[in-house]
Amino acid sequence: MEFLSYLISGVSLGSVYAIIALGYTMVYGIAKMLNFAHGDVIMVGGYVSLMAMTGLGLPWWLAVVLAMLACTVLGVVIEGLAYKPLRAAPSLAVLITAIGVSYFLQNSALLIWGANPKAYTPIISGAVKLFDGKLSISYVSILTVVMCLVIMVALTLFTGKTRMGKAMRACSEDKAAAQLMGINVNRTISMTFAIGSALAAIAGVLLCSSYTSLMPTTGSMPGIKAFTAAVFGGIGSIPGALLGGILLGIIESMAKAYISTQLANSIVFAVLIIMLLVRPAGLLGKYVPEKV
Amino acid sequence: MKKLKKTTAIDFVTYAGVILAFVVITVLKDQGMLTRSLKGQLVPICCYIVMAISLNLTVGVLGELSLGHAGFMSVGAFSGVVAAMGLQSAIPSEPLRLAIALVVGALFAAMAGAIVGVPVLRLRGDYLAIVTLAFGEIIKELINCLIVGVDSQGLHLIFNATGTKGVNDLGLLEGGKVLIKGAQGATGTQTIASFTAGFILIMVSLVVVLNLVRSRSGRAIMALRDNRIAAESVGINVTKYKLMAFVTSAALAGAAGALYGLNFSNLVATKFDFNTSILVLVFVVLGGLGNIWGSILAATVLTILPEALRGFDDYRMLIYAVVLILVMLATNNPQLKALLAKLIPHSRKGEEVNA
Repeated sequence: MEFLSYLISGVSLGSVYAIIALGYTMVYGIAKMLNFAHGDVIMVGGYVSLMAMTGLGLPWWLAVVLAMLACTVLGVVIEGLAYKPLRAAPSLAVLITAIGVSYFLQNSALLIWGANPKAYTPIISGAVKLFDGKLSISYVSILTVVMCLVIMVALTLFTGKTRMGKAMRACSEDKAAAQLMGINVNRTISMTFAIGSALAAIAGVLLCSSYTSLMPTTGSMPGIKAFTAAVFGGIGSIPGALLGGILLGIIESMAKAYISTQLANSIVFAVLIIMLLVRPAGLLGKYVPEKV
Repeated sequence: MKKLKKTTAIDFVTYAGVILAFVVITVLKDQGMLTRSLKGQLVPICCYIVMAISLNLTVGVLGELSLGHAGFMSVGAFSGVVAAMGLQSAIPSEPLRLAIALVVGALFAAMAGAIVGVPVLRLRGDYLAIVTLAFGEIIKELINCLIVGVDSQGLHLIFNATGTKGVNDLGLLEGGKVLIKGAQGATGTQTIASFTAGFILIMVSLVVVLNLVRSRSGRAIMALRDNRIAAESVGINVTKYKLMAFVTSAALAGAAGALYGLNFSNLVATKFDFNTSILVLVFVVLGGLGNIWGSILAATVLTILPEALRGFDDYRMLIYAVVLILVMLATNNPQLKALLAKLIPHSRKGEEVNA
């Protein structure tokens, strides 16, 4: 029974990682950049929803919508101001800019909301009790897993069936060829950032609901873990992000329960390293051999 | 007199510049013309300069992005602190103990570099970056679990993986000392680091890195960066040269870490986290990849900048972030680049090839 409850908390944590990783992986697939500011967009989403709920007294679903809107705008503005001028620049320059944006968001949050952690009331409280109360699953966990699956299905349909989705796949394969086919590459990239940031807002709300506290650095570690999850599953692949995120969540939860709380992150990273040595492109990633 | 090669001339100017800066700062310090906060920063600046020089070897010369450089600094810092404090009674001379600590730090970090490097260097690009990041985090957590003490019988070491052990489990004899207390880090360290030692360390790393880069091995490393497949096909041993650059870089970072660790009486492992790795990477990229004097300049300016912005108080990190973004945008702006090329003819030649 204990094992089952650790497994469930692992899947729930993993679903949050998966939602964040989906944002990472989409942006990486198209713009080929590590968007280090993604974790901080999550944090902004958390704060906006908190302000909407406690400050404006809005119901939680409206707060989530508001957070998604705010993060979408933020994502598109960041992309337009900081990343777009660097399309042709070396990837390291873009990476450093992303780090600059990350610092900027964290310190803006520090100025606006202060350094002290704020209490975050979970958007839904309560839990389902199973097996005579031996196993309790919180509604937040259930919501997280359901949300993750819904998002995953929606994204798969979106990238597979719609015109915009096709444009995204074309851009991620070959930007120049996509442009020649009449695809507006810049608009497609902006769109990807918008979707990724909206997902980050949802992830922020779910993350804060399970951690029940929020501070300007809340987003960094989950951001790094989610990136690890994206690499684990094969970066650029949507089902890979889901698989990587959930596996990572389970490994972390099990390591905390049965091995060592202090070393939980190390165990997660060690598994990643071993996995990458066996499958250099991740679980579901395509391995492209170099040609001369 | 025979005319010097251009690269040799640049190297000599770099050495001369560092020596000149050292002399000027020492004179200013003796005259009491430095503010207290600046004086306190002299040793950290030296450490960051060495970190930047060593990371430049991995990122700029070898061309592999490393996001876990602070991990090696951490290994160096804690092994250096243990060495310096453990030998406190055996070797009374402070400079000698400092030198031993730096060498020990460099050796341990080099070992860590070899352990990390063998699997990591098989990967490429962003995958390599994420694995170095992972190793940096692992090193941080492992050191967080370490409890080390010393007494007349020698070193005592326990690994506190479950969080249940404490300093009492070391079983120290009377008169023994706890050096590293797990998550609380190294406490009560005797601060024996000095600005002169920092200067010497910078000069040593400059000699090591510049001579490596201009040697046959250095050319092999740069060939790997520019085109791995072509380099391999002319018989360059990929693993050997990649490891050579990576381990040298780790060793220098370890020495810098040891100096850093011995500059503060308290030091926690979380100081050397992902953000520190990123900080050093920012020095390297802003200074210019493969450009050693650029790294030195960037490390100095960017360490002083947040302090200089103290007047802006809460806004200083925000300003730092904005400056970082603007500099990246400006240096990669095609119009600005073209303008610069017009203003300074021939100075930017060959840059396009590297980019």
